[in-house]
Amino acid sequence: MSADNAYAVELKGVSFKRGTRSIFNNVDIRIPRGKVTGIMGPSGCGKTTLLRLMGMQLRPSSGEVWVNNQNLPTLSRSDLFDARKHMGVLFQSGALFTDLDVFENVAFPLRVHTQLPEEMIRDIVLLKLQAVGLRGAIDLMPDELSGGMKRRVALARAIALDPQILMYDEPFVGQDPIAMGVLVRLIRLLNDALGITSIVVSHDLAETASIADYLYVVGDGQVLGQGTPEELMNADNPRIRQFMTGDPDGPVPFHFPASDYRTDLLGKR
Amino acid sequence: MRRHSLMDRIGLFGRAGIDIVSVLGRSTIFLFHALLGRGGLGGGFGLLIKQLHSVGVMSLVIIVVSGIFIGMVLALQGFSILSSYGSEQAVGQMVALTLLRELGPVVTALLFAGRAGSALTAEIGNMKSTEQLSSLEMIGVDPLKYIIAPRLWAGFISLPVLAMIFSVVGIWGGSWVAVDWLGVYDGSYWANMQNSVTFSGDVLNGIIKSIVFAFVVTWIAVFQGYDCEPTSEGISRATTKTVVYASLAVLGLDFILTALMFGDF
Repeated sequence: MSADNAYAVELKGVSFKRGTRSIFNNVDIRIPRGKVTGIMGPSGCGKTTLLRLMGMQLRPSSGEVWVNNQNLPTLSRSDLFDARKHMGVLFQSGALFTDLDVFENVAFPLRVHTQLPEEMIRDIVLLKLQAVGLRGAIDLMPDELSGGMKRRVALARAIALDPQILMYDEPFVGQDPIAMGVLVRLIRLLNDALGITSIVVSHDLAETASIADYLYVVGDGQVLGQGTPEELMNADNPRIRQFMTGDPDGPVPFHFPASDYRTDLLGKR
Repeated sequence: MRRHSLMDRIGLFGRAGIDIVSVLGRSTIFLFHALLGRGGLGGGFGLLIKQLHSVGVMSLVIIVVSGIFIGMVLALQGFSILSSYGSEQAVGQMVALTLLRELGPVVTALLFAGRAGSALTAEIGNMKSTEQLSSLEMIGVDPLKYIIAPRLWAGFISLPVLAMIFSVVGIWGGSWVAVDWLGVYDGSYWANMQNSVTFSGDVLNGIIKSIVFAFVVTWIAVFQGYDCEPTSEGISRATTKTVVYASLAVLGLDFILTALMFGDF
């Protein structure tokens, strides 16, 4: 059985457990091809885990993970590495190779997967770095870059092989307003210019909603809701409404479960 | 402190057994994929040369210095014992056999575990905690081939060579003390050594020992780094485990290998 070609990624009945703890229970997610899809939810709800399931860095306990019409859990180890050549991931930390300079970091996927001549590799690297505004930083080492610059270099590396699917893990965390604005525009621009499918995992509501064509809200190991940003803003589900409006208390409690506060304060010493 | 019931203790014992079997299974699959899986050495010969430099060449100083001192101490101790029997001319033979059969492979492996093994674990653990290994995976590069395999091969090649260097400089250090300082006749130091040391019985057995130690120490070091919890504490724990497990494995295996090679039964 093959997945619908309109969807770049499809999770069908995916469950995932860590030990005996269930993280996802029978989740269905479809990522439309050529669009920016946001996956949102409160911290610790398993968004990054979901991204790792889509890249098969984690194996689901049950269910199917279709990416570009291939069911990843059924692939051999070497076929899985081949399938990943069509995916790019921007990790939260950037995950640059610390022993390589900016040029070599971006050139790395080209060197290991292509037989291109050195001049062409140089041209491609310059093009990708120009796209993220860091052509001037070509000789710097990762420890000489700010957090925002690291993420932009990592983005240039992620698009070096022109992937069909680009995944972003919390791209806006810890960014100053200028870097955040740059990244928001870049994600949309790259998606439209390269015709790729973008998946943005984030809990930054305003930024993600501003660029996403479609949103999923996850929590409690399930998909709580899905739709366009406008549809979710007007959702009836109180959990989604609380997340979208940022209310501190509601169905998702602010306080971790504890015994009675008064008893704790005035009780036996 | 919480007291465990008998059933709890039996349960904990069982859990520890399952954990040990699980680690052995994971580390064997890990080794199999790194050495025998599709894709050869991954990063190619250049990466192997780079690792041979950082694992082997960078360990040379500690190996050479330790070798010289241990050879000198052996000659000193040997002279003091042998001279009481009037056999100080056999000191060269004693130094050579001790180094080639035992101290060369064993001490080199212990020093290698402390210098290169711990560095390998910390390096790979740090790559894991900074998501560099995940990043490689998502670029479509197998870290077992690109990161682990060159380090494994570099360890397998380096340690036996380092053990040979250790023995050679140790014998040389022994000659400084015995011949140049204590006045043992130059000819008998070297001639006794030449008469008693055999290639197949002593040199080759020492090399076989160092190959086995190289395999075990490097395997433990890279697996601990790859399998560690990706936090500062996890890396620190993994580095400690590398040195402790590798040292114990070397000493335990040395006894078994010595019994098989030199045991008269």
